[in-house]
This record gives sequence, structure tokens and C-alpha cells, in this order.
Amino acid sequence: MDHKLEPIVKALQDQFKATYEEFRGEVHVFLTTEQIIEALTLLRDKHEFELLSAMTAVDYYPQTSPRFHVIYQLSSLAKNVTVQLRVPVNGDQPRVPTATRVYEVANWRERELMDMFGIVAEGHPDPRKLLLPDDQEGYPLRKDFPLGYEEPQFTFNFDEIDVRKPYAKE
Amino acid sequence: MGVEQKLGNMGVVTTTLESMVNWSRTGAMWPMLFGLACCAIEMMSAQASHYDMSRFGMELMRASPRQSDLMIVAGRVSRKMGPVLRRLYDQMPEPKWVIAMGDCASCGGVFNNYAIYQGVDEIVPVDVFVAGCPPRPEALIHGVLTVYEKVKGEKFVVPT
Repeated sequence: MDHKLEPIVKALQDQFKATYEEFRGEVHVFLTTEQIIEALTLLRDKHEFELLSAMTAVDYYPQTSPRFHVIYQLSSLAKNVTVQLRVPVNGDQPRVPTATRVYEVANWRERELMDMFGIVAEGHPDPRKLLLPDDQEGYPLRKDFPLGYEEPQFTFNFDEIDVRKPYAKE
Repeated sequence: MGVEQKLGNMGVVTTTLESMVNWSRTGAMWPMLFGLACCAIEMMSAQASHYDMSRFGMELMRASPRQSDLMIVAGRVSRKMGPVLRRLYDQMPEPKWVIAMGDCASCGGVFNNYAIYQGVDEIVPVDVFVAGCPPRPEALIHGVLTVYEKVKGEKFVVPT
């Protein structure tokens, strides 16, 4: 671990009883949904993490508890370190509190998260769809979302699929 | 300098109105640019000096649907782009034709997923499909000439 990162992880451990994992020099700190806003505020105000450089999620389907990890990647330009905060959420109720009040940039990232994973950011100021059309059903980046869209047409099943294909009429 | 000098000894030419109008349509078809992906690069080079599509009277790519009568859909159409494409098609004045250029616009190509239309014929009626990933400029020019063949065979109908 980077020596500049050690006191920061120590502070998170002390305040939130957080566990952490290290992989090839990257540090993942595990927090709960109740703690995350407070932890983000702490890192921003006390430890100079002025940038939320990425926000995404991982789907660990078919595992259900926790099914998702919501990931906040924070960067400190002043200290030249990054830290990753992970929030495990369950599959039946994928919700995290919105981080827009701490980092303004989380606005679009959370909208993308809601589009792609169906993880709701509670209290989001503008919860419309960002990337997908409004009538999109399902969450494409979930593991149980079907991989293909349309069955490929070959000679043996051409007519059968052609009947179902939507064609424009003028 | 009148038309007599140009005609020489030909004098009078007789033809049908249909073939005359269709001939003039094939002489100056203005395509609307709808470059969406890598096929657009081939479409540009079909326009540029190496292939020079203006030999066939396609001098101008129009950015405005109001001034064009051929839409070349070059590239994959995403589900969010679909309504835009349809709207631009509706804004084009009649008569109008559509070329689906490349595999993505024709059938979805390699993008068999939720985000891409599996063929642009789901949204607009397509006259000519040009295969290839991406098609060479010659293929596009051949596609345009195929549209011309279609235009030349068109019959006028009185709307009922």
C-alpha cells in the first residue's frame, strides 16, 4: 500500500470499522450503505480526495447477498493517490443513497448506474434515464440480461424469424 | 447561344414524360449525409477525388433533409438514434429513396444486442442494401447506380 494511503485507510477503519482488501497495490475499502455518504464527505473534506473519478458496479450473479458491489473510485490530485470504496448491496433491494450532495459529478454516474444495473440512487435530483431510451426494459449490464437480441437468420429458419421481424411501412 | 447549337442535326427528340422525369432525377440526386460509424469514412472517400461520386451527378452531400432525395444510412443505428432517423426521413420531400450502407444498417451486423436496430428497415423503408463491413466506395457507387436503375423503372400513379 502507498504510504500516503495508510493513514487514510486507518482513519476509515477506525471510524467505520471498515475492512479492506488489497490487490496489486489497489486498495478496496468495504463500507455499508449507511456509511458511504459520511465516508465520502470525510475523504473529500479531510483527506483531499477532490475527485470522484469513476463510479460503477459489479454484478456477482447468481450470488444474491450481496449481489452487487457499487464502486466509488476516488482520486486525490494533491496527494496523487486513489482509493476504491465498495458498497455491497443485495439483489432484492439494490439501493444506495445518492452521492450528488458530496460530489456533483455523481449525478450522471448514478443515472448510468440506474440505467444499466437498476441500482437506485435514493434522493437523486434528476432520476431520468441517461444512456438508454425511455422505453427500455431490463438492465443491460446485469448478468441475467440476455446476451443476444435477435436470433440470427439462416436458410432453415429464415421465414420463421422473418414473420416476427418488425418492418417499417412507408 | 441557344439549344439549337447544342442539338446539332438531331432536331426533335420524342420520349415519354415518365422516362424524361426519371432520367432527370437520376442525373442529380442529392444524398443526405447520415454517417453514423466507420461506413461514413467510406462514404466520404466515395465522394472525394479518388472515386468521385459526382461523376454520377451527386455533386453535393446535403446536411439538410429538406434539400435531399436520397438517404444513405452509413453505420449502425442505435435505439436512441432511431426516432431521429425516422424524423429526418419524414422531413425529406417526396420522392425519396434510402440506401442501407453496410452490414450494421442492413441487418445489425455483429451488433446483435439491445442497443442497435437489427436493420434500418425496421424504421424506414429501404430501397437498396449494400453489403460489406464496411463496403468499399465502389460498392456504394454500385448501390447508388442500383437505385438509379430502380428510379428509371418507376411509374407515375395518380393518387386515389
